Amino acid sequence: MTTYPWAAGYIAGDRPQIVTGRFQYEDSYTLERYLATGGYAGLRAALAKPAAQVHEDVKSATVLGRGGAGFPAGTKWGLTPAGKFPRYLVVNGDESEPGTYKDRLLMERDPHQLIEGCLIACYAAGLSQCFLYIRGEMALAHERVGQALNEAYAAGYVGKNILGSKFSVDIALHWGAGAYVVGEETALIESLEGKRGEPRLKPPFFPAAIGLYGQPTIVNNVETLSNMPWLLCNGVEAYTAIGTATSPGTRMVAVSGHVRRPGVYEIINGTTTFRDLLYGDEFCQGIRNGNELKAFVPGGGSAPWFTPEQLDLPFEGRLVGAAGSMLGSGAVMVMDHTTDIPRAALSLTRFYAHESCGQCTPCREGGTWLERILERICDGHGTASDLDLLIEVGTSICPGDFPHASSTKLGLDATPFPYKMTTICFVGPSAYAPVHSALTLFREEFEAKLSKRTLIPVTAGH
Amino acid sequence: MTRLNSANVELAKEIIGRYPRSRSATIPLLHLSQEQNGYVTREAMAHIAELVGTTAAEVYGAATFYEMFKFEPIGKYCVNICQSISCHLLGADELIHHAESVLGVKPGGTTADGMFTLEAVECMAACTEAPAVQVNYRHRFRVATEHFDQLIADLRAGKLADEIPAHGTLARVRQHIPADRAAGNVDPDKPVAPAWMEAAQ
Repeated sequence: MTTYPWAAGYIAGDRPQIVTGRFQYEDSYTLERYLATGGYAGLRAALAKPAAQVHEDVKSATVLGRGGAGFPAGTKWGLTPAGKFPRYLVVNGDESEPGTYKDRLLMERDPHQLIEGCLIACYAAGLSQCFLYIRGEMALAHERVGQALNEAYAAGYVGKNILGSKFSVDIALHWGAGAYVVGEETALIESLEGKRGEPRLKPPFFPAAIGLYGQPTIVNNVETLSNMPWLLCNGVEAYTAIGTATSPGTRMVAVSGHVRRPGVYEIINGTTTFRDLLYGDEFCQGIRNGNELKAFVPGGGSAPWFTPEQLDLPFEGRLVGAAGSMLGSGAVMVMDHTTDIPRAALSLTRFYAHESCGQCTPCREGGTWLERILERICDGHGTASDLDLLIEVGTSICPGDFPHASSTKLGLDATPFPYKMTTICFVGPSAYAPVHSALTLFREEFEAKLSKRTLIPVTAGH
Repeated sequence: MTRLNSANVELAKEIIGRYPRSRSATIPLLHLSQEQNGYVTREAMAHIAELVGTTAAEVYGAATFYEMFKFEPIGKYCVNICQSISCHLLGADELIHHAESVLGVKPGGTTADGMFTLEAVECMAACTEAPAVQVNYRHRFRVATEHFDQLIADLRAGKLADEIPAHGTLARVRQHIPADRAAGNVDPDKPVAPAWMEAAQ
C-alpha cells in the first residue's frame, strides 16, 4: 500500500494506472512534471492522425462514461448531427454525488491530463470551443486547473494553431456555485448559459443535437476525458487488454464508510468484485473493528442498496444493473451492523430533497415529504401508515416496480435497473432509492421505531 | 459603493470575453462581486446585469439558485461541516453539535465577532476522509473534535491566513488567455466547420 500526503484519500496499489500514474509526484500538477512524464504525447499522437481516426480509436476502445450513466464516449461523440457546426465541449467537473470523489483528485493532482483529454476530444469530434465547468466548492481544483491552463496556453498546447497545426481551440475555466443538480448535463448547460441550473426536458433532443447556445454539445465527465491521453499514447489494444470487453480499462472508485481502509482506488474495470474491494488486502481490508457488513451502496447515493449477498458481483455495469442497482459514479458506501438504517436512509434522502431544483412537482414535494416522514419515524413519532405513505409518495415519483436487490433471507428476486420516472431528471428518483432499499431490505428497523402510542379514533359524541 | 470597482470591471470584461454569449459570465461575475464585498449586493447584481446584457431580475433569479452566494455579510471564515452519508456514518452529527457549542451558533449563524459562519452542508467530495470540513471551500480531513478546536484556534490566531483567504475569494489564480494565443470565441450563429475537420474532408 502506498499513500501520498499530497493526495489525501488516494491509495496506490500494484495495478495498472491509467489516470492516477502521476499522483506519486508531489508536483504532479505542474507542466514541468507533466512533460517529464510523457505529457501531451497523446495530443501529438492524435494530431498525427486524421480526426476521424482518433474518433474511431476512442470508439473501438469502448471508453465508458465515468460520470454515472456509463454511456460510451466514442458513441456519444458520434451523436452530433452530421455537418452541423459549431459544436462545443462542456466538461462536467461538478462532482457532488454523495460518496463520490475522483474528479476532484484528478483536477487537483493532474490538471494537464484533463486538459490534454479535452484537446483530444475537441480534435476528434470537431468541437470548436471548450468550457471546463468546475464545481464551485473546489477552491484548490480551480487554482490548479487555472494555473495549468495558463501554463498550457503559454507553451502553445492550448489556443491558436496548437503545436503548429491547424487545430485551434480555446478552453475557458468556468466556476459553479453550489448546486448538485447542475451535474445533470442539461442543467450544466443551462448553468453555463448564466441561468438557474434546471434540467431541460429530454428526449427528444439531447445535448449532442441541441446543447449549449442551441448547438451540438458534448458533455463529458472529468475522469472520462482523463483516460484519453493514455489511450492515444498506448493504443486501443493496450487499453482493451485491461478489464473486460464490455468494461475495458480501469476506473476510480471511492470506498467510504465503515471499512478499515477507506480510500480512492484505481481498480481494473469489469473483473474486480465488491468482495475484493471491501475485503481485499490491497483495498479496504474488511469492515472496521471486525464488524459484520450490513449493507452497501454500490454506485453513489442514488443507487439502490446491496447486502452481503451481492458481494461477489464484479464492477460491471450490466451485471450490477441486472442485480437491481447501478455502478453510477464509482462510489461505494459501506454500512456495518451498528448502522441505524432508517437514519442512514434519511441522510441520503435529505440530500436529494435539499438538492431538488423545484421544477417537477413529484420531486420538489415528494422528496420533501419523504424526508419529513423519515424524520418523524426516526424521532419516534411515526405510525404504521407512514410506511405505506413512504411507498405511496415514492411510487408517485417512480411508478411501477422500483429496482432492488435479491434476498434469499427475505425470499425476494431482484428487480433490474432502471426505474420509470415522472420527473425530468434523476434527482427525484434518487430521493426515493434509499427509502425503497432500506424499507425493502430492513423493514423491521422502521417498524421498531414506530410510535407505541395508540391512536384514539374520533367518533360522534366526542 | 457596492457595484464592481474599476479594477474588477476590467476583470469582468476579460471574463465575459471568454464566452460567445456574455450572459454565460453571470456566475463567474457573481463570484467576483462576492470576492470584492464578501457577499453579493443588489447593486452588484444590477451592475452584472448591465455588463452581461440581461436584467437585474434574471441575475437575481440565477444567483439565488446557487448556495455559495450570500446576500448579506457573513463571517470571515465560512466553516462548512459535511452531513452527507459517509460523514454521517462516521460522526458528522456529533461534530456539528460540538461545533455549535464551540462557536455558540447554530448552522446558518455567524459569531458575534464576525469571524465564523457555521454551516451544515451536503457532500463535499471527501467521503473517504470523513468527517470532512471546509473553511472557505478549502478541505480539512478526518476532523475529530480536538482537531476542530485546533482549527478554530488557528483561524482566530491568524495562523492560516496564507492558506485560507477571507470568505469571497474562491481561487487565487485567475485564468488569463494571452491575446496572441487565443483561438477566439466561436459564434453559435455561424455554421463554420473547424479548420482541422475541413482539412480532413
